[in-house]
Amino acid sequence: MVALRERGARFSPTRVSSLTWRALALVGVCICIMVLDYRGNGGGWLRQSLGRIVAPLHRIVEAPFAFREAISSALTTRDSLRIQVNALQAQVNRDAIDLARLHALELENARLQGLLDATPREAVRTLTARVLQVDLDAVRQRILVDRGSRDGLAGAQPVLDSHGVFGQTTRVNQSTSEIILLSDASHAIPVHIERNGLRTIAVGTGNPYRLALPYLPRNADVQVGDRLTTSGLGGVFPPDLPVATITEVRRDPSQPLVQVRATPFATLDRDREVMIAWFRAPAPAIPPTAPARPAKGKSP
Amino acid sequence: MNSPYSTHRLPAYAGALSALILSAVPLPHWIDLARPDLLLLVVIWFALMSPRSTGLLFAFGWGLLLDAFSGILLGQHALGFVLVSFLVHRFHLRMRMFPLLHQTIVVLLLLWVYQFVLFWIDGVSGHPLNDWMRLLPGIGGALCWPAVSGLFSRFLPRH
Repeated sequence: MVALRERGARFSPTRVSSLTWRALALVGVCICIMVLDYRGNGGGWLRQSLGRIVAPLHRIVEAPFAFREAISSALTTRDSLRIQVNALQAQVNRDAIDLARLHALELENARLQGLLDATPREAVRTLTARVLQVDLDAVRQRILVDRGSRDGLAGAQPVLDSHGVFGQTTRVNQSTSEIILLSDASHAIPVHIERNGLRTIAVGTGNPYRLALPYLPRNADVQVGDRLTTSGLGGVFPPDLPVATITEVRRDPSQPLVQVRATPFATLDRDREVMIAWFRAPAPAIPPTAPARPAKGKSP
Repeated sequence: MNSPYSTHRLPAYAGALSALILSAVPLPHWIDLARPDLLLLVVIWFALMSPRSTGLLFAFGWGLLLDAFSGILLGQHALGFVLVSFLVHRFHLRMRMFPLLHQTIVVLLLLWVYQFVLFWIDGVSGHPLNDWMRLLPGIGGALCWPAVSGLFSRFLPRH
């Protein structure tokens, strides 16, 4: 009967079935939600409340892995722990020497910067976050970590691992947040080549071992083995964080641009823990004595 | 609750919830690329076999939850779910009569319609991913359809 009624309805626009009307209404609602969420101004409360519903579900997915980790850490033998402690002790000793040298360099740097009257470097504060074993999307390089707005996170913060830049936070829920990796196909990071300061942009390829540098002209001074560090442009990442090393440079005489591939320092697909960083907002470009000058100019 | 159809409401919600949780379980990468959209299969099954117990709002709500769960643009999966659910509701009397192989092929086409909606919205919202890999989840889902369909039919008598 339903089918008969709907067949009749096809020819008269006034009798379109209520199913079609409901579908059209819901499609309209979906489009409104997408537009609001895309613009980022109206969808906030909806995303927050949905985030509160799905956060426990993420924990359920994570639970077996957390359990396995707890079991394996409870069953670790004394010998393997001792080996691990020895290795870590050696690492700490090596790092302490490096740190002492770094400290001396920092003092020297501060003195030189004082001589030049340059703005001081940004201070760094980091927070360790655990990567949740949750698969968000097969074709996108995104992960979920167990820190959220209640830990003081906001959108677009740099995320590092012990080797270099890892990615940045995109969506922050109450207790979890989503991180877009360097290698996501829609991620781009402003970098420069450490050797000569040449600035460019490193774009993700979807492969966790590869970045592409698609905007360098054919005669650009770039070699295999060059280190890429953040250039500090763009406002998310502070300058001079290690990003990647160049592994392939292909110059095709018929192409105006050189094809460059790089491998990120960060172990994007293996990390269990990452660091979310805060950098103090850069000091204003005009030194505080500047406002005095126009006043002086006016007085005569 | 007096209608015989309403008895399927609880299994529908339980099935959808389990499918949502399963959608984020880590898998090896090569399986992950063809990860079937289990939640959509559950939505299709209930729209097909028990259309009165779940309506378009059911598809919309679970689509929206999947959006929040996987952290993409809110409304993207919801739109795909609503469209597929509409098509199934519209043609469920015909689709039920199909033999299993025939039905599986129709489900494959529905999953590709859904993938196309996702692909299209990705393009509009500025994250284009035009890769033939996008066809794989549809194939994975179609391969799972006989199992999903058999599982639910085993426990829930037809209405």
